[in-house]
Amino acid sequence: MEQSEKSRSPREQELKAALERYWISNMRLVAVLIAIWALVGLGCGVLLADTLNRWSLPGTGYPLGFWFAQQGSILVFILLIFIYCVAMNRIDARHRADLRRIDSETEGGS
Amino acid sequence: MTLMAWTYAMVLLSFSLYLFIAWRSRVRDTSGFYVAGRGVPAIANGMATGADWMSAASFISMAGLISSMGYAGGVYLMGWTGGFVLLALLIAPYLRKFGHYTVPDFIGDRYDSRVARLVAILCAIFVSFTYVAGQMRGVGVVFSRFLEVDVNVGVIIGVAIVFIYATLGGMKGITWTQVAQYWVLITAYLIPAIAISIMLTGRWVPQAGLGAELKPELAGAAGVTLLEKLNLIHADLGFASYTEAFVGSWDRLNVFLVALALMVGTAGLPHVIVRFYTVRTVQAARWSAFWALFFIGLLYLTAPATAAFARYYIISSLNGTSAEQLPSWFVNWQKTGLVLWFDDGDGRVRYSAGADNEIFRNGALTAAELARIAQEHERWLVTGGASGADARAVLRAKKLSEPDRDIIVLATPEMAGLANWIIALVAAGGLAAALSTASGLLLVVSSSIAHDLYYRLLNPKATERQRLLVGRGVIGIAVVIAGLFGIYPPGFVSQVVAFAFGLAAASFFPAIVLGIFNKRVSAAPAICGMLAGLGFTAWYIIGCVFFGMPRWTLGLDGPGIDPQGIGAIGMLLNFVITLGLTPLFPPPSKAVQDMVDAVHEPESAGPALVIEAAPEH
Repeated sequence: MEQSEKSRSPREQELKAALERYWISNMRLVAVLIAIWALVGLGCGVLLADTLNRWSLPGTGYPLGFWFAQQGSILVFILLIFIYCVAMNRIDARHRADLRRIDSETEGGS
Repeated sequence: MTLMAWTYAMVLLSFSLYLFIAWRSRVRDTSGFYVAGRGVPAIANGMATGADWMSAASFISMAGLISSMGYAGGVYLMGWTGGFVLLALLIAPYLRKFGHYTVPDFIGDRYDSRVARLVAILCAIFVSFTYVAGQMRGVGVVFSRFLEVDVNVGVIIGVAIVFIYATLGGMKGITWTQVAQYWVLITAYLIPAIAISIMLTGRWVPQAGLGAELKPELAGAAGVTLLEKLNLIHADLGFASYTEAFVGSWDRLNVFLVALALMVGTAGLPHVIVRFYTVRTVQAARWSAFWALFFIGLLYLTAPATAAFARYYIISSLNGTSAEQLPSWFVNWQKTGLVLWFDDGDGRVRYSAGADNEIFRNGALTAAELARIAQEHERWLVTGGASGADARAVLRAKKLSEPDRDIIVLATPEMAGLANWIIALVAAGGLAAALSTASGLLLVVSSSIAHDLYYRLLNPKATERQRLLVGRGVIGIAVVIAGLFGIYPPGFVSQVVAFAFGLAAASFFPAIVLGIFNKRVSAAPAICGMLAGLGFTAWYIIGCVFFGMPRWTLGLDGPGIDPQGIGAIGMLLNFVITLGLTPLFPPPSKAVQDMVDAVHEPESAGPALVIEAAPEH
């Protein structure tokens, strides 16, 4: 701990930068997904439900707002977590590759 | 075989399965006891989380709630599933990376404060206990309805079962029994829903059936959808529209606030969060959140279908029926008092929203009170109103119009004409739902006391053996207390259970999310925020429910904010206070900031990643 307070080696700086890059792509993904979550769940399912009820889900007898509140939002929620898992695994893999690169470049150097 | 024999067989079979699993997964160390040795695969953890999450209320009461609320029932569907998105994206992976045992552990370490830990412990115990009391009562109710034993005997049987497998196997035993319980409860839920869907619409998939056309012989004409028909019947009988949004006390503001409070509360409930400590890696934590919502979604997507089918079926099969033609499910469930018929003298059933309604429930009335009401009603009928009392007016004044909402799930198998063994399976499913949730909650109570209070605050030098012993002892005591709550339910429990969400939303959620995503937030602002959110929410709920405080309308026309939705405002208050005070206090220590960095970093296995520990430094 105390040692890491001293002047940072290039390796540490690179690791820190890698984590920052990772964190930014993570936050971007989470922000997009949370926005969809709010739009579908609280938007279509609640705030706009009476307006959407004027139409029905194509091919069925569901009024659209009612469908969003009792079916659609849940389906979208499940899908959102699925997308999050797949996309995060990719971001994780890229981050891991980043770390390996830093490792091999700075091997023996620090 | 009779229904009773089948029910005993199903219940015994499922209980011996749970005990067998508990024996196979008994544990010897605290890691096994609190987090199942962190060896649970993501898909199994998803199932266990599903069973943990779906309580007796989800299984028995939710479809009935939706059935009587129509569109607004969606707040429970959206609220109790939407929270998992927040949990998966904002909480689960990071708490898994942090990797301790409990939620107070995270709060205590992240804010580096004994006070914060203590506040979190108290919140966790309070939220879990209010919730668990309802579950134990649920076990008793299922027993009494299906096996005709006393409710209290049912509670005692439930206590004994949970006691054995929770003390023996801790989290490991609980997790694997929950996996089995998930299958029992989902099978029991889906079969009747599919059967009644086929009966009414000819569709195998209930979710498709709900949006489909009613069979022409039932609707009287081709091309009438089930929901259209339901809305028509509702309009005829004076009920509010089934699919229309924002009717009655459920205005836009309340639907929004209650849905939001339930979502955020779900993400802040400790017994759900701890489940993500049990998996091996951060990636597995994410996937198990996906599987959890997937498995929960199976039931939650089916519930609105069951709700609408049963609603349509009950109204259309009862109205205009004479005493001799009453369907057998009605006759069977009338004995339990969940549904009652008091005729106005014309010999025909009338189920409506008006003063001529003849369908009621017994609510909290005792058998003796009910018998007296029935007697008076009989006299009222015979004397043509000269003496006696009209039971319809009496029960309407007591707000007992309409059947008990539990009837929707309990009687659907009989409405669909299913075999006795499937009806018996529903009993086993209801018990599975109640037991699995109760055991998960009790583990949180146990770990909060034994791990956080005893080990981390009172006796940090405790050995592994002592800690395990205390953990087992506390869970044993907690089961017994929960059982006592089930046998002698304090009058306020049923009112308070729904508010566990509001309190979790207003206390835990902001503290955890800010702890993960904002390095600058330190202990004092976080504690102030938690106490303010908790205090405000509790004050509004207690004021409205127990002291007749007028509800806030925020200057709008309408019924005012429902106490169930106040948690959303409590949460905002918590965020605002914490973030507002943060600049006034020094940032947290370097160690805490490094810990937050480490929680962000998904790779723990890579040797060079723990910078302080790397050999070259």
